Amino acid sequence: MMASHRSLLAVLLLFCVGITPAYADTDRGLEIAKTMRERERGFGNFTADMEMALIDTGGKETLRRLRVRTLEVTDDGDKSLAIFDAPADVKGTAFLSHTHILQADDQWLYLPSLKRVKRIAPAYKTAPFMGSEFSYEDLASPEVEKYTYKYVGEGTADRQPSYLLERYPSDENSGYSRQLVWVDQDRYVALKIEYYDRRGAKRKTLVSHGFKQYLDRYWRPAEMQMENHQSGKRSILRWANYQFRQNLSAQDFHPSSLTRMR
Amino acid sequence: MRSALIGLVFLASLPAWGQATWRGYAAAEYRYFPQAALGPDQRNAYTSVVLQPELLFDWDQGRQSLTVTPFYRWDLYDKQRRHGDMRELFWLYVGDGFETRVGVRKVFWGVTESQHLVDVINQTDLVESPDGEDKLGQPMASVKAFTPIGTWEMFVLPYFRERTFPGEAGRLRTQPRVDTEADALYQDSRKQRHIDYALRWTQTIGAWDIGLSHFYGTNRDPRLVPSTNSKNEPVLLPYYELMNQSGLDVQATLNNWLLKFEAIRRTSNTEVYRAATGGVEYTFYGVLGSPMNVGVVAEYLYDSRRKNALTPFEDDIMLGVRLTPNDRQSTEFLLGVIADRHSSARVYSLEASRRLTNHLKLGVEARSFAGSKPQDPLHSFRRDNYLQLELAYFF
Repeated sequence: MMASHRSLLAVLLLFCVGITPAYADTDRGLEIAKTMRERERGFGNFTADMEMALIDTGGKETLRRLRVRTLEVTDDGDKSLAIFDAPADVKGTAFLSHTHILQADDQWLYLPSLKRVKRIAPAYKTAPFMGSEFSYEDLASPEVEKYTYKYVGEGTADRQPSYLLERYPSDENSGYSRQLVWVDQDRYVALKIEYYDRRGAKRKTLVSHGFKQYLDRYWRPAEMQMENHQSGKRSILRWANYQFRQNLSAQDFHPSSLTRMR
Repeated sequence: MRSALIGLVFLASLPAWGQATWRGYAAAEYRYFPQAALGPDQRNAYTSVVLQPELLFDWDQGRQSLTVTPFYRWDLYDKQRRHGDMRELFWLYVGDGFETRVGVRKVFWGVTESQHLVDVINQTDLVESPDGEDKLGQPMASVKAFTPIGTWEMFVLPYFRERTFPGEAGRLRTQPRVDTEADALYQDSRKQRHIDYALRWTQTIGAWDIGLSHFYGTNRDPRLVPSTNSKNEPVLLPYYELMNQSGLDVQATLNNWLLKFEAIRRTSNTEVYRAATGGVEYTFYGVLGSPMNVGVVAEYLYDSRRKNALTPFEDDIMLGVRLTPNDRQSTEFLLGVIADRHSSARVYSLEASRRLTNHLKLGVEARSFAGSKPQDPLHSFRRDNYLQLELAYFF
């Protein structure tokens, strides 16, 4: 009797020893993610132009152009709208996403030739965005609550001292098992992200650079490069013409307004 | 004269106030029918060209805009396919919590893939395609209101557009043909000037999108009445009734599943009936580690009139597969079949498209109409299996 009690105690002690540092890492990881969000608070809305270069293994480039509008939502995930400008056959097509903190995101696609707004399955987020190496998920706003975290240590990305943290998507529809994120220690932006697929294999690496500050507070990259390690293809997003606090309202991000988006 | 002058001044001053953008396409289309036609004037191959530019002016910080979308097709043989239409010509005002539109528009309602029962605002431009997806511009004034209990849109439709039908030399037409020279028949003495009304409510509740609608006015689907023309040949004449249509459309969006349902109830002087379409769409994302998506669609099509229905789809099952490789050329394949449950009637279809350059796109479409009995509306198409190629230049 005594012996079994003692062994139980030993097991419990072992657990405590094993668990305490892990909790600390989790807390520290979450703390960094929250700081990233804090620094983003209050931007209101922004619009930007995006050019996307799809580069195949032979180095051949194909271009896509679109405009992006994002609306900050204080008590839930952000809303964002992408309007396609090129190639010409998809001109006027629009993609609307309402990200949520806890439930699955809502997504709609507007097809101008049919004047039809289609609600899309949550699992669509894993699909490639316009044939690129980015998935819809990679471009969605990374709400803090969508992941659990682990602080890994310190590292360097884009020559900046960085915190290294791992995040695990809680959404069953995510295409990833985990992501390794390099967070700039000074500006609290993600400089580099490694994406690991459901089988645990390293699938893609995203590197962002050319960060500029807007409204003396919000950092935005000029370029984001995604490399797919499995296909050898790359996609480069070039951002331009960031404009904050434009005349945008929730009505502009309503699915029923999609038919008038140009 | 004065209003024309005001209009000119208005148009001339638009670019100064706001901005203009445009897009559109020009395409060449070739349709090949391998089987000999039933009619003496019908051919085996048809060539046509089409142009549809779209211009948009907006001003008042984007609160107001004017959309102009003219359309024209020229067909080598079918004179009824040599036709133009103003697909859109409307003014939009975006207010705080509401939107107003006045002019000619296209409006789509509904969620299902195999047929669009609830979608009732626009007339079908049937000469364009037998699938009925092409629509004529509809004159209207509408107001949309965004409220916490849903989005409401009210329509006043002051002018009726008659359905287009292939001409004597065209394929994919009824046997006997619809007389396109004679005047159509109407229940109401005001004919095309009958004012129609519609109201639609939509709301998103979590994973559910729900739409309710009601329409009162001239039925867009004509009854085809046997008649004879001046040369004493048998023809069909379109007869347009007044009707009330109540509609419901629902989609549930759950992980990889889409559940879709549409139902209508139509009443007129001559009939009361219900029709419904419902089914599922399941998508496999990233099949076999590739970026390819494979979607599978299954729907059931019902019409309470059964054998007396004007549609061939009164107790049918549709199965479809959509392949999206997610490549740079945005290649897409859609394969489908609609099968009658009580006969061997089948409609097979294939639609595929692929971007060739930044501006050129190739589209392939094929349809086959098999196994229909003489009383089936599809029986007219029994020799009209076709393959269509379209090369489109987008700008």
